Parts: sequence; structure tokens; C-alpha cells
Amino acid sequence: MDLLETDGERLLTAVRALLERKGVVSAAEIAERRAATDNASPGQGAKMVAKAWLEPDFKALMLADGTKAAEALDIPMRGMPPLGVLEQTPEVHNLVVCTLCSCYPRAVLGYPPFWYKSAAYRARAIRDPRELLASEWKTVVPDSVKLRVVDSTADYRWMVLPMRPTGTEGWDAARLASIVREGDMIGVTVPSA
Amino acid sequence: MFAPGERVRVKDQWPEQHGPVHIRTPYYVRGVEGEVVRHLGDFANPEDLAFARPAAKLPLYHVRFRKDRIWPEKQPDDELLIEIFGHWLEKP
Repeated sequence: MDLLETDGERLLTAVRALLERKGVVSAAEIAERRAATDNASPGQGAKMVAKAWLEPDFKALMLADGTKAAEALDIPMRGMPPLGVLEQTPEVHNLVVCTLCSCYPRAVLGYPPFWYKSAAYRARAIRDPRELLASEWKTVVPDSVKLRVVDSTADYRWMVLPMRPTGTEGWDAARLASIVREGDMIGVTVPSA
Repeated sequence: MFAPGERVRVKDQWPEQHGPVHIRTPYYVRGVEGEVVRHLGDFANPEDLAFARPAAKLPLYHVRFRKDRIWPEKQPDDELLIEIFGHWLEKP
């Protein structure tokens, strides 16, 4: 008995062969999607953020249509849910959660961090978000700032555009992208120089 | 169709009490009033998709709720922004 040959593996092979034989999807298309999924990482979202910090036109595009902005940076979005982008401002701090399951903008941020899918994060983010951010991430949202929790419940996927931190004047796109972490684009943390 | 800025209420309905369902409307906003921010587009009804039934495309809205309408806190201006399908919304 081959321990690596599981029932699930055999089922997957059979279904893939059937999909190809029936012309539903080709092996090349499956390979393309697997590559896109494996290559997706927070680095892609960070590139979008850095470009938005440098180019007002790109920022406007990103806030109006996140999918088009991602495609402008050659991030594969075909077949992906539409991407929406939420802007952090001095007045509003956005925090993304999916209370129903684990919807996440995988095309631009990759696989979600383990805690994003936890029942604890999902419950606390919606019930007591300020306490959650302060106790788990040391992110204190000032009382004067509105906290907006975005519950990703349906067909969109949401990422956060953080504010550019002070002390980054004159930085190029690569250096700016290097300080943007996945948490900054979920809204649990804020970037610093 | 609902317009941006329009007051709406999420229907206080609990179809999960009557059999298997797949619903994208969180429990905690059922019966709660909010405000339409914008129409996000039309998407296949997940309540049918999940059961492999023909699924009509329905309008999906971004709806804003004051947090203190759901869980009163010392920050009454905090808010929740949630995607809600049009068939779950009614005029208050």
C-alpha cells in the first residue's frame, strides 16, 4: 500500500481527467490557475499599495476598481471575484473580516494567515474590534477615528489601502512596498517607516 | 433597486429554522436598519448556487450599519459595512 496514494488523491485525478475529457477545463488552464494561486502573496498587494502612494491616478483607479488596478500590475485576476479596496484615512480605519467563512482577497494577498479563519478572530472582529486590535496587535485606533468593520459576506473580496507613513519621503516603489505587511492590508496593523 | 443613501432594514427572517439553507446574510443584522452605500453589481443567488439549482442574478449592495444598533459601545459612530443581497432588504 502506497501511503501517498490516498482516496482523495485518486478522486482528484479522476475528476481532473473527466473535466478535461468533457472539455470543461483543460490541463493547461488548471496548471495556470495553480501557478497563479501559488504565486499570489502579500508582496503583490504591497506593490499595489506602493504604486498608489506614488501615483494619484493609480490610487484613484485602485479605489474605483481594484481588479483593474491589480491587472495593471500583471496580477492574474481572471476568474477571481471582484476586488474592492478600502482606503484608510485620518477619519476612518477599516478592518476586514469574513464572519461567515474565510473570504479573503487571495489573488492579491495569497493564502490568508491562520488566525484570519479562526472563530475567535471572526467573532471578536465584529463584536469588539477595538479591543481585538489593541490586545492582539497593539493597534490602538484613536477615539476620534471611526472604526469600520467590513464583513466580507458575498461576492467581493476586500483589501485595505493603508496610509503612507511619515518618514518615507523620497522612497521608491520597491522600498515602499517592503514595509507593507499583510496585516496592514487587512487592517489589523498599520505600516511604519 | 435601492439608491445610495436610502434607509433599509434587513428582513427579520430565519429560513434556517425550516430546513437546509445557504445564506450570506449574517444573523446579527437580521431586523436591523442600515443605509445603502452603493450597488456592487448583480451576482448569482448563493442560496440557489449552493444547492446546484438555477440561480438568478440578484443585486448586491454594500450596506452600512451603525455599530450601536447592534452592540451598543462607547463608540457610537463606529460602523459595519456588509454585502447584502437585495431580496434581504426592505424599506423600514
